Amino acid sequence: MSIIGIELPHVGESVTEAVIGKWLKQPGDIVEKFDPLVEIVTDKVSMEFPAPHSGTLKSIVAEEGETVAMGATIAEMEVDAAVAATTTSHPDKTTAPSQAPPAGRIGTLIQGANVGPTGGTFRDTALEDRPRPPVDAAPAAPRMPGQGVPRRGYSPVVSRLAAANGVDLETLTGTGRDGRVTRKDVEAAIAAGPSAAQPLTEQPIGEDRLVQPSPIRRMIADHMVRSVSEIPHAWSTVEVDVTGLVACRSAQRQLFRERHGVDLTFLAFTAYSVARALRENPLVNSTWEDGTIRLKGRVNLGLAVAAPDGLVVPVIHDADREGISGLARRIAPLVERARSGSLALPDVQGGTFTLNNTGTLGSVWGGAIINHPQAAIVTTEAIVKRPVVLSGPAGDVIAIRSMMNVCMSFDHRIIDGAESASFMQDFKRYLESWSVDSELD
Amino acid sequence: MAEITLIEAVRAAMWEEMERDPTVFTLGEDIGARGGVFLATEGFLEKFGEDRVIDTPLAEAAIGGIALGAAVNGMRPIAEIEFGDFIWPAVNQIIGEASRVRYGTQGRRTAPLVLRVPYGGGVRGGLFHSQSVEVAFAHQPGLKVVAPATPYDAKGLLKSAIRDDDPVIFFEHKRTYRLVKGDVPDGEYTVPIGVAEVKRPGSDVTVVSYGLVLHYCLEAAATLAGEGIDVEVVDLRTLRPLDTDTVLTSVRKTGKAMVVHEDTKAGGLGGEIAAVIAEYAFEDLDAPVVRVAGPEVPAMPFSPLLEAQFMPSPEKIAAAIRDLAAY
Amino acid sequence: MLGEQSSKTQGATSNVAGNGAGPPPLNDADLLDMYRTMVLSRTLDQRIWQMNRQGRAAIVASAQGHEAAQVGAIRALDPERDRFYIYYRELTTMLALGVTPLELLLGFLAKDGEPLSGARQFPLHGALDRSRRDIVSFSNVVATQLPQAVGVALADKMRGEKRVTVAYFGDGASSMGETHEAMNFASIHRLPVIFFCENNKYAISVPLSRQMNIESISSRAAAYGMPGIEVNGFDPVAVYEAVGAAANRALSGDGPTLVEAVVERFLPHTSDDDDTRYRPAEDLEGIRDLDPIPATEKLLRASGILDDALDQEIKESAQKTVNQATEDAENAPFPEPHDFYEQVYAPGSPGDQS
Repeated sequence: MSIIGIELPHVGESVTEAVIGKWLKQPGDIVEKFDPLVEIVTDKVSMEFPAPHSGTLKSIVAEEGETVAMGATIAEMEVDAAVAATTTSHPDKTTAPSQAPPAGRIGTLIQGANVGPTGGTFRDTALEDRPRPPVDAAPAAPRMPGQGVPRRGYSPVVSRLAAANGVDLETLTGTGRDGRVTRKDVEAAIAAGPSAAQPLTEQPIGEDRLVQPSPIRRMIADHMVRSVSEIPHAWSTVEVDVTGLVACRSAQRQLFRERHGVDLTFLAFTAYSVARALRENPLVNSTWEDGTIRLKGRVNLGLAVAAPDGLVVPVIHDADREGISGLARRIAPLVERARSGSLALPDVQGGTFTLNNTGTLGSVWGGAIINHPQAAIVTTEAIVKRPVVLSGPAGDVIAIRSMMNVCMSFDHRIIDGAESASFMQDFKRYLESWSVDSELD
Repeated sequence: MAEITLIEAVRAAMWEEMERDPTVFTLGEDIGARGGVFLATEGFLEKFGEDRVIDTPLAEAAIGGIALGAAVNGMRPIAEIEFGDFIWPAVNQIIGEASRVRYGTQGRRTAPLVLRVPYGGGVRGGLFHSQSVEVAFAHQPGLKVVAPATPYDAKGLLKSAIRDDDPVIFFEHKRTYRLVKGDVPDGEYTVPIGVAEVKRPGSDVTVVSYGLVLHYCLEAAATLAGEGIDVEVVDLRTLRPLDTDTVLTSVRKTGKAMVVHEDTKAGGLGGEIAAVIAEYAFEDLDAPVVRVAGPEVPAMPFSPLLEAQFMPSPEKIAAAIRDLAAY
Repeated sequence: MLGEQSSKTQGATSNVAGNGAGPPPLNDADLLDMYRTMVLSRTLDQRIWQMNRQGRAAIVASAQGHEAAQVGAIRALDPERDRFYIYYRELTTMLALGVTPLELLLGFLAKDGEPLSGARQFPLHGALDRSRRDIVSFSNVVATQLPQAVGVALADKMRGEKRVTVAYFGDGASSMGETHEAMNFASIHRLPVIFFCENNKYAISVPLSRQMNIESISSRAAAYGMPGIEVNGFDPVAVYEAVGAAANRALSGDGPTLVEAVVERFLPHTSDDDDTRYRPAEDLEGIRDLDPIPATEKLLRASGILDDALDQEIKESAQKTVNQATEDAENAPFPEPHDFYEQVYAPGSPGDQS
């Protein structure tokens, strides 16, 4: 047997307390469940409270005439242990609504206050001791159309904002479901504004001059620091024989210009080759993200360009889908915009890998800093003619070849030597695949 | 300033209007000595007498028709339909007749009546004491349909309804009667019909609702604030004429809209709100308009788990908002 | 003699007239005036029917056969004081209350200037400006006007105004639940209402025997604790007396009365109906013999009130009035939709689109 408290039930509409009337059972009485136990009087109702359990009335806590809050203990009963185990107390019951925080105009909900189904004062306790039904048991929330399916469409507001503000949606990284570009993504892009070059401001300090870096310079600085402090860099270099490539370019340069209206640059070849190699080595086209590796679905190739105010990296989105001519056509205006400081935000967003053509500056080897948060960066160094030993059917010969070093820095969290070597060999293979009469699409 | 329940706000509005205007009277089932099954007219018989507090036979068509006739003849009746589920016999008089009085007579007759309708579930009312019937009336031009969620709005809107020169169907959610408590000014005030209110400002998702579940929306919004989702909650307050401006302004800001009501989904008011948004704010939408509403069963079952399955809850609403915010 | 032996009283109260007072006897001028109205109504009714067959009046519910009942009832009431909740077969009632043939024809032709609904509704529907007459007919749904009329009378009683509200309905509407609810409430509260039933024995095509298993509608009054009077609706004086008694009862605070005027419907339910599909030919032939207009003419002649010259003047005058009204109505324009959105809601109130 166990002793349990008997609580004053919630009776009466919007009442919070009641007066104890006559006790109809006395301590020591055997009480059957539903026996009238005590009279309860409020300003709305006067009723007999039926015993909630069978047992023995042990003590009366609230005496006749006493005013008691709803939910307060008014008596103690000795009941079967099994009954006691199912009797839980409801702490909220003792909280009178008047003690609740100020309701304000919108109002607060009074715990336990209710109307009966036909207007009475029924306090529904049926589910009181149960946890609320799990949400998935009651699928009120509809499944959104296309949920779980990667989406390429844009919502009306995204399309409108992008058009009005000249945002290239293809360059944005979506934060919505399945990478959907959201209104907020577009608004953020608009707020960031185009990356405009600003003149350096200088201030003489003694013999020195203190230069206020431009916002871009400062951004580059922060970016570099972040990259080297977060990413464990590792390096690798291969030599590439680009003799065929050089011959191809020389032979077809004029025709290409006539046909496509742009110069046939080395960069088009290297961009083409690196994009294809990336597609075949997805790990190199990835990002370390909170302990997971996000393999990027698109190959968006960043091209490091020396602009007047500092390094900028315009992006050729989906570079792996373009042929040589397509790349040449896209690279030319992009590089021009980079050099003239007129890149738009979409031009620099969404890059997944960076190609740095340091060779144009005469460099033959470099250890580039990875463009955070990408997994790797490659530099294509200067093409120099060197004597090279070639193996041919007639044995080894020494030949004068156009040689180029390709240097790679990679995130060692993602990539080990084997993967980097695989990528570099693929890159090299593409670069060496050209010949004087290669068909350029 | 007093903190009162919604039923007390309803009672206060009627009491004050009956004191103010001798043409105001009330009729309905059990509203006299009983004071109404929900006690909305408790003490009215003693105060205003049986000429102005009329217990009717159990005859909803008569309640609607007599109120209409009295209204046409210069009175301002407040008729109480005991339960929304019992309103259908009066539909002929209200949707059929009262709505067309002004139009059909070019304004030579008007019907300034108020039909008070306790409605809604979550009170263990079963199939015939739980219905949400408001949309049938909200569909009808010529009627005004009001559904307050707070004591402040209930009092201010009921006073406006009584003073309005057109028929007003005033829906009071039964569960809110004693559940919702809020501040009401001591002095005279009204709340305009036809004006929605942003009950909680937010920037990520617009949730449009009314009645009891508005409070569940607010509860869900409070939960989601902790998850970084900023929910704007719009209380329609009036279901006809709809304040589309407030809804559209909110949706243009957030780009994402959800309608929540206890009434069943297909053909519910949510469809109309969604259509208005699609029609007038299409270019501001960043996601499909979503409805959280009662399931497609004929009415709310009696047994507690079955009832809970029907009712929208803060948890169900929060889950749906979360889903929409992530879209 | 008119009015003799042509009514019987049923119901709980034998003293139909409340204070015992019947209406004052009708003089010669009253009788002639009633005859004049009946002739005008019949002439106009026939014209409207013709115009329907010409494709100009879209819908007609003819009052032919109901004229005596309608004219007798109005004679017992006060058009200035009382309130008239009519239904769709009340052409004679309208004329007796002073609505002009032109105004009525404007309604049947759906023309601009129609005074009840601006031609938004079927003919005879809407409400006349209250400053002229309190005539209301909101609906085509039968019996809805009965609880409304009770509410109207309730308002008058609450304000202490001495007026009678007459709720007109047909035998068809007597089957509606609202009829029961209205009579019950009116009797409980002793409201000044006359439930005036024009029983033409058909609810469109359904005969009385398929509408009820009792002999008369007025016998139901007993169940509500009010008097019921069944009266020959072809006898205008009998109807006058029955309604007059009911009006006195209402005005003296004794409550409602059900008056059942038994009439015949000479034409199909409406111009869209074909009564030969459901009424036996001999039935249709026989009823014309009872036509109240020739019967009244005969009695007025017999009483020396009417002679050939006066009768010719009355009939020619009616024809001339109807011809002129027809011409004027045909020349009237249709209403333009410029006020189409007006009076959906009170001007300036929420939802007003005007």
